[in-house]
Formats: sequence, C-alpha cells, structure tokens
Amino acid sequence: GVKDGSWTVLHLVEALGSCLENTDPRTRGRGIQLLSQALLQCYSLLQEKEVLHLVLFYENRLQDHHLVIPSVLQGLRALSMCEVLSPGLAVSVLKAIFQEVHVQSLLQLDRHTVYSIITNFMGTREEELKGLGADFTFGFIQVMDGEKDPRNLLVAFQIVRDLIAKNYALGPFVEELFEVTSCYFPIDFTPPPNDPHGIQREDLILSLRAVLASTTQFAEFLLPLLIEKMDSDLQSAKLDSLQTLTACCAIYGQKELQEFLPSLWSSLRREVFQTASEKVEAECLATLHALSACLSRSVLSSDTEDLLDSFLSSILQDCRHHLCEPDMKLVWPSAKLLQAAASASLRAYHRITCSVLPLLLEQYTKHPQSSQRRTILEMLLGFLELQQKWGHVEEDESSLLSLQAPVCSVVFSALTDPSVQLQLVGIRALTVLGSLQGFLSPSNLELVVDHLIRLALHEEDSQSSEAAMEAAGSLAPIYPKVFSGRMVPRVEEELRSEREEESSRDHCSLQQRCLQALAAVSTHSSIVRETVPVLLQHLQNVQKGSEAGNTQDVVSVCQSLHRVALQCQQDAEGCWYYHQTVVPCLLGMAVQAATQESTHPLLSKALLEEEVLAAMVPIISAATTHLSPELAAQSVSHVVPLFLDGEVSFLPQNSFPCSFQPFEDGECLEAQRRLVALLMAFICSLPRNVAIPQQERLLQELLALSCSCNCPFTATTAAKCFAGLVNKHPAGQQLDEILQLAVNRMEPGLAEGPRRTQALTLLLWVTKALVLRYHPLSAHLTDRLLGLLGDTELGPAAADGFSLLMAESPDVLHKGCHADVRIMFRQRFFTDNVPKLVQGFHGANPDVKANYLKALSHVLNHLPKPVLVTELPTLLSLLLEALSCSDRVVQLSTLSCLQPLLLEAPQIMSLHVDTLVTKFLSLTSSPTMAVRIAALRCAHALTSLPTTVLLPYKARVIRALAKPLDDKKRLVRKEAVAARGEWFLLGSPGR
Amino acid sequence: GPGGGAPLENANPLIYRRSGERPVTAREEDDELPDSIDDREIFDISAFLNPAHLIRSINDPEHPLTLEELNVVEQVRVKVNDAESTVAVEFTPTIPHCSMATLIGLSIKVKLIRSLPERFKLDVHITPGTHASEHAVNKQLADKERVAAALENSHLLEVVNQCLSARS
Repeated sequence: GVKDGSWTVLHLVEALGSCLENTDPRTRGRGIQLLSQALLQCYSLLQEKEVLHLVLFYENRLQDHHLVIPSVLQGLRALSMCEVLSPGLAVSVLKAIFQEVHVQSLLQLDRHTVYSIITNFMGTREEELKGLGADFTFGFIQVMDGEKDPRNLLVAFQIVRDLIAKNYALGPFVEELFEVTSCYFPIDFTPPPNDPHGIQREDLILSLRAVLASTTQFAEFLLPLLIEKMDSDLQSAKLDSLQTLTACCAIYGQKELQEFLPSLWSSLRREVFQTASEKVEAECLATLHALSACLSRSVLSSDTEDLLDSFLSSILQDCRHHLCEPDMKLVWPSAKLLQAAASASLRAYHRITCSVLPLLLEQYTKHPQSSQRRTILEMLLGFLELQQKWGHVEEDESSLLSLQAPVCSVVFSALTDPSVQLQLVGIRALTVLGSLQGFLSPSNLELVVDHLIRLALHEEDSQSSEAAMEAAGSLAPIYPKVFSGRMVPRVEEELRSEREEESSRDHCSLQQRCLQALAAVSTHSSIVRETVPVLLQHLQNVQKGSEAGNTQDVVSVCQSLHRVALQCQQDAEGCWYYHQTVVPCLLGMAVQAATQESTHPLLSKALLEEEVLAAMVPIISAATTHLSPELAAQSVSHVVPLFLDGEVSFLPQNSFPCSFQPFEDGECLEAQRRLVALLMAFICSLPRNVAIPQQERLLQELLALSCSCNCPFTATTAAKCFAGLVNKHPAGQQLDEILQLAVNRMEPGLAEGPRRTQALTLLLWVTKALVLRYHPLSAHLTDRLLGLLGDTELGPAAADGFSLLMAESPDVLHKGCHADVRIMFRQRFFTDNVPKLVQGFHGANPDVKANYLKALSHVLNHLPKPVLVTELPTLLSLLLEALSCSDRVVQLSTLSCLQPLLLEAPQIMSLHVDTLVTKFLSLTSSPTMAVRIAALRCAHALTSLPTTVLLPYKARVIRALAKPLDDKKRLVRKEAVAARGEWFLLGSPGR
Repeated sequence: GPGGGAPLENANPLIYRRSGERPVTAREEDDELPDSIDDREIFDISAFLNPAHLIRSINDPEHPLTLEELNVVEQVRVKVNDAESTVAVEFTPTIPHCSMATLIGLSIKVKLIRSLPERFKLDVHITPGTHASEHAVNKQLADKERVAAALENSHLLEVVNQCLSARS
C-alpha cells in the first residue's frame, strides 16, 4: 500500500505501533524488519519530514537489543538512499553508527550493510561528511578494523580509495588507515571450491593495491613493508610486492623514494641475480624501470640533489663489472638490469650508455673468442635497440653518435667472423643501426649494403645468408635509393655472369641466392620497379635454355616473383604496377611457348612443364587477389578474350607462330590447353563483385574440357577453374542451369567409359565448391561420392577425395582468393555425412570397407580438435577397427586422430586401453617409417592416461618398445627413446 | 634431498650454448636407407637430462640448464661403435669436488640403459683428471650389481627419475 501511495509511511508506523514498542526484542525486531523492508521498496517516495522522523527513530533504535540491530541497519540503508534527506542527518546517522554499533561483532551481511550506508552517503553527501573532518576517517577505521570477509573487504577497500581520492581529511590517522588496510598485504586468499560469490584472489590483490598505491602519504610506511615482502619465500608475495611498488612509482616522486633507494636497489639486484623464476625476474626489471622513470620525472627544487644520477651510479657500480665476464652466469642479469634502468628515460639512457657502451666496445676487442664476442655484441645490441624508443639521434646529446665509428667497426667485424652465430647477431645489429635515423654516415651505409650483398650471395651458411636478405628487406624501405642504386645492379650483374671456373653446382646456388636476394629487397615500390624487370628478363633467358636443370631454374624465378607479388599486395599502386607488368608478360611468354609447341613440337619448352605452370599460378593469383574491382575489371576484359577468342593484342609480344585457341579441339593444341592453369590462377582470384565477360560460355568450355581431355593436368585444372567460378557465381536460375549441365555431363562419364577418373575429379571439385557455400545441391553430390566408395575401380580415389573436400586447397576455393567459404563447413559436413559413412562401412563388401575408413579418417583429420573430442565416443569403436586396416594411409591418419584424443580425453580412452596398447605396439613394426613413428607417438601419449590403468601393461610395453630402440631409422629410434623413457617413469618415485 | 639446503656450490657457473635441435636430413626421411647409431644420437640422449634436482646451484625450475649447457656432457666425449655395439660416455663434473658426480653418472647410465638396444655394452665414466674421487666414482658406475642395487633404493631412484623426467 505504501508503494502505490494509498498508505503513507506514517500509517504503517502507526499500524506497526504496538509491535515496534513490544517488550520482546524478537517481536520488536520483526516489526522493525517489516518497516525496513517497506522502506527499501519505497524510499524514493518519502517526504523530507517523514525521513527526518524515521531517521530519528532508527538512530534511537541503534541502542536497542542486538537482535534488532540488523533490521535497524537495513532501515538506515534505505534512508541513506533518500534524496530528500535533510542536511546534517547523514552526519548524525554516521556518528550514531560509529558510536553505538560495534561493527565487527555483526554478521557479514550486516557489516556489508554498514559499508553500504557509508558508501551511499559518500556518494551523495560528500561535503557534509567532509565537515566531520578526520573524525569520519577515524570512525571508518574503527568500522573496518578486523574485517575478514573478502566480499566486505572489496567494499571497504573501495571506501578507503574514495577517502583518499576525494581528499577527505585523514588528519593524524594516516598511519592507522595504512595499518588497517596494509595488514592484508600480501593477500593470501584462495576462493573456496564452488564459491558462489566468484571473488578471485586477483580481485582482492588489485583492489588492495589500488588503495596502497593511491597516495604518497603512505610511502614512508609502505616502502619498508614492500622491501620486507620482496624477500619472502612465497613467490606470490614477491610478485605482489614488486607489482605494488611499480604501481606506486606512477605517483611517487624523489621525496618519497629518497630514503629507501639503497635498500630497494639491493633487493631488486638480489632477486635478479638469484632468482630461479623468469616471472620474478621480469617483475623486478619492470619495477626497476618504473623507479628509474619515476626519478627521471621528478621535478627538483634548485637545492636538491638529482637522485637519478646517484641511483644509476649505484646500479652501474654493481653491474658494470659483470659485463666484462661474458662466460659467467651474471652477465645477462646485469645487462638486463642496466637496460631496464636505461629504458626509462632519455636522461637515464645517456647516463648508462655513456658508461656501458664504451666498456662493451672495449670488451669486444679484449675477448677474442666468437662465443664471448657474441654475448657482448648481443648486449650492445640490446642497448642500441633502446635508442630506437627515442627516434632520431640528436647530435648534441647523443653519446651514441660519438661512438659511430667504433660501433660500426665492431659490427662489421662480427659480420666477417667465421662464427655463424656471431654473424647473425651482427646482422641484427645492422638492422637496428640502420633504423636509427642519422646514425649511419653515407659511406658506412654503403659498407652496410656491401656486407649484406656479400653475406646474402656468398656466405656459405644459409642461415646467415637468409638473415642478410631479411635485413636488406627491412632496411630497403628506409634507404630505397642506396638499395636500388647499389644492391640491385650488383645482384643483377652476378645473376648474368657466366662463370666458367666454378662448378655448375656452385653457379646454380649463386643464381638461387641472387633470385632470393632480389625478391627479399623488393620491399619498397621504387625498388620493385627495378627488380621486377630484372626477374622477368631472367625468366625470359632461362626458359630459352635447354639444359636438364632448366625447369628448376624457371621455378626458382617464379618463386622470387611470387614473393615480390606478396610484398606488393598492400600498396594499391604497387599492386597494379606489378599486375600490369607481370601478368601480361607471363601470359605472353606462355602463349609464345604454347603456340610454338603447336608448330614445332620437338623443341623442349620449360615453360610448358606442369611444374613450371604450377609455379606460375601463385604469382598470377597473388598479383590479382588485391586488385581493386575497377582495375580487376579492366584486366579481365583482356584475359577472357585471350582464352576464348585468341585475342592477343594486349600481350607484350605480338607475333606468334599460330593462333591461340586453347578450347578448340585438335591434337596439336594440347600444349595450349595446359595454359588454362594460368586462366584459373587469374580468374579464380578475382574479387567476387567483378563481372566476368562471357561467363556462361567460359563455364561451358571449361566443363567440356574437364570431361573430354585426356591429359590429367589439364582436365583437373579445367575442373578446378569451373569449380572456382561456380563457387562465386550468384545463386539463381543461371547457376542452377549450369550445375544441371555439369551433372548431365558427369553422370554418363562416371557410369562407364575411359574417362571415369576425369568425371570423378570434376565431381569432387564441384562438390567442394558447393559444400563450401552450403549450396543445396551439395548434399546430392556428396551422396553420389559416398556411393562411389563402394565402387571397386573408383573407390580408393573417391576416398582420397574426401581429403580434398576437407583440406584447404592452395590455389583455388580458399578465402584468400575471395571464395565463398562458410566457416563451419567442416563441422556441418561431419554432421551430415559421418553417420552415412559409418552406415556405409557396416554394409560394405569386405574388399571396399577400407575406402569408408579412409574417407572417415580424412574427415576426422580435418575436424577441429575440440569438436573431434566431443564426437569421439560414437566413433571410437570404428577408429579402433581402422587401426587393424592394412592400408597405411588409414593407419597413419587414424593414429594421428587418436594421439590428441589420448592427451585430451584420457578418461574415455582408458576404457579401451587393452586394444590401444595391443594395436599401437603391433604398428611399431610396420614397414612404413611414418606409421612406426606415429604408433610410437601414440604409445608415448598413452602415458597421459591414469597411471593405475597403465601399470598392468608397463612391463609388456617396455619389453615391446626395446625393439624399435634398434630400428634402422633414427627418427623412429628417437620416438622410441622418448616413449620408453616415459613408460619407465610410470608409477615410479620422482616422476 | 641432495644438495638441498646446502650452500650454493657454484653461484655463477660457466654456461655453454646448446647445440640446437639436430636437423633432419633427406636421407633420414627416406624409408629404405638405414641410419646407423652415431655419437650425436647418444650425445642427444645423454645431454638432455634434467639435472636441476642434482645441481642445486643452477636450479631454475622454469628453465633448467641441460648437462650440455653445463658442459658436463660434450659430443666429443661420446664414442659409439654401432657395429661392435659399444658406447662410451665421458662426463665432466662441474667442479672437481662436486658431490653429485656419482648421481650424475648414474642418471646418464640409467638413461642410456633405458634408451639403447640391449646389444650395447655401456661405459660411463668421468673425464680423466676432472674429479677428486674419479676412480671411486668410475668403479661404482662400472659395477652392474651396484647400479642395480642403487636403483632398488627408492630414494636414489626418485632422484634419478626426476633427472630423467621430460622438462616441462
């Protein structure tokens, strides 16, 4: 009634009258409880006058019997939420609570109510409460003193934070307030199992840290506490202390830290020098960084000493000499401490590096061993990398610039050292030096490039050579002129040189290196314009040659061109340049070769090899996927007429021995048809919204080619190209018609005749195209495929086809080439088809059962592991049966399915331990190495099942695993050693 | 436990670089061609023990040093003859008075017993001139009965097993 206004609170109080005044505290309590509950429902409707009376009533009741107090507090909580509370009442309520109630003897919930009342008043009556001065703070200290419940602590900590953040007067009670909160540090709380409140240890830690690190007033009490706890035996206490100290540094200044700096440093040093834990080390370094930053930031009055200087001096004093012992364990901890301090500010960096860099340079010269030099150079590199934080090198301030000559000479000496490890650090140093703007003089820069060229092309070790190429790639965008003017011509020269004195193998590997280097350095558009013509010219040259190694050379050029294409993709202009330059040129060369083949079939032509065409596919694809739709449309208007109508006018070469008609019939056109691979690379990589001219005609030609061609490469390529287009084709009648056409051509081919394989390939690719986009026809086609598993001739190929359906194909029908791929297609395929596979397996003739198992294992192999684990129980018996299948593909794929399951679902697998042990052990003597390895890995993974399940088998497994220890293949022995070692440890002490 | 609570034996020991994972060659991937057991293979088996429990001074539970990094086992001190089925491993204690020498040797020996075909005859001993009680330790390691008895001792077995556990 009170809620809807028909009753006033006064009516309620009157009605409850006798009850509220009853002499029995229980009855009185119930009365007050009812009133308080009513107030909690309708506090917003109360009048100012009513509130006043209620407050006075409740304050008075605080002196009542302890049974009544909880309800009284509830009422006060309701009233604390009233907006119409008269000025002065909040203070009076709080005073009454502070005076009358011994909060810590209340139950948790009631204590929580008190905190809520305080929180409410602090939210709305801040000015009034501040009028209480430090009494309010003192009152609160008494309220929370001794609090134990984590839920209440979170609220209490928040109140303390507000007291500090909103500048309530702490008066003489700073230390008391610190004591009443810091007594919980470090937090030691483990939430009970099944805790419904969900309070984590981390919540309390962060909440308390926010209190402790909220004011400089606590510093003199807090810092000694943190120093003490850093020495704790508990790693968690150490970490908490370090993190709290780091948090304090955000607000502290020199004044707070001054007195404690020596002990702070010695604690941090001790931890870093002695710790076993990387976590502790990382926290110590973060704290040192924060301290150094804090001191760097402090504003000093004119008469105070700059503590940063003396602080860094003591760090240098304790760490510097360890840098001179590059073999000893303390060298790295010392270097890390110095780097942490130096990274805090430019000032700190100068102070440390002006002492350390000359020392390291000197030590480098003093230590002749490569391994020592490597450590020293790595440290030097660490300091140089820090310089990058502050961008360019300032002339007047930089100690670094004065060291330019010795730093360069040390780095250059590393680059010519025989130790590859040292070379690698030197190469990394080059990248860093080069990225420091203004550090390398033009002459040094030329030396850098020369070193990179030498290492990239002539260094024997491939790791160094690769690193040098990478370094060139990352420096080239900073100094494009130097690289295009110096490196590109030199590499081009090497590439062209024909050297008689060298063995052909050396020459070949130099050519390889040149090609890789050209690709690696193509990381800036101006350089790409230099390297692409060189690569294309080289391609033109090698494809003419007729030696045996030719194919591999052509493929190498293609790989380099591909890498350049990938590096151009992000820049629209570069991408178009590349596309416009490379695609017509490749097509031109290929058409030239193919038309020559039609007229002079006896000349061998490397460009027409399947391997070479396959290497050209990714180039054209990468040059196309990132084109804007407008430019792609421009390009497609040339390429489609080339293939459909022999329209060659856009090609750079324009005289060909005969016309180009890849879709025509004719013996001599075999080579031309193969170029459909290049059409596929281009047209299947186009963005989905690019319209393809004469698409229906093109689809029909591809369909015809895929079913009628005798060359498997061409037929498969045509099928893939058809599938790629169908996948992106908008849904509708046109698509349905073309699909119907495809089915009509496929069916008779599948049924009988010489081209069943081609028909199956087409079926597979079209099915894949439709499965990916959830097209309704995909179910029908998949069923057709499932049916073929029972076919004695096509069954094995159909089973392998399931791998094709599930795997990501590298050239068409993937996301990168804009195909329509639903993310859950594998799960959906699994759900729809695995029951049919299982059913098919049970009903199949013995001679084709393996096909079903193989298909199943392909599907399972590509399923995300979490899905696999949940689906496992229904399939396990079939998988166990598959282990006995004699087909090694089935064995291998089943083993690789089972291995993660052993690790992730040990409970379910335990039920079958007997079968698993027997089958795994028997497969360890398979004739196929890969199966033996997989079986041993499974035997190893078995050890993650519960020990009690395994112990009965321990002796038998150890005995059986002795045999593969003597396997003829090292890779098998390695797995056997690992597996047997684990089995020995089972149930043994100390495991 | 061994070394437990004792003062650090060597707080700043020399450390050596790991030689890195052995690269897999094309030959090794060929199903048909046999690969004989070589020095490197035995070295890899014996060097990657987890000695953290034995050599307490460098006990870093998250990144324990291997015997290789401590230079206790070096590839040049491993000799294998696959045809004659013999393996000899010399190990070098970190300091001449290292109290853990026997246990280190025992761990290496047990690891090899468990990892090698039975046909091999094993010889594990201290690098000559690198330990004060070299002779006594070698004698114990060569004594089959003593090795067997040591492994019956559950306390010793525990330490050895800890050393043999895969590093996490």
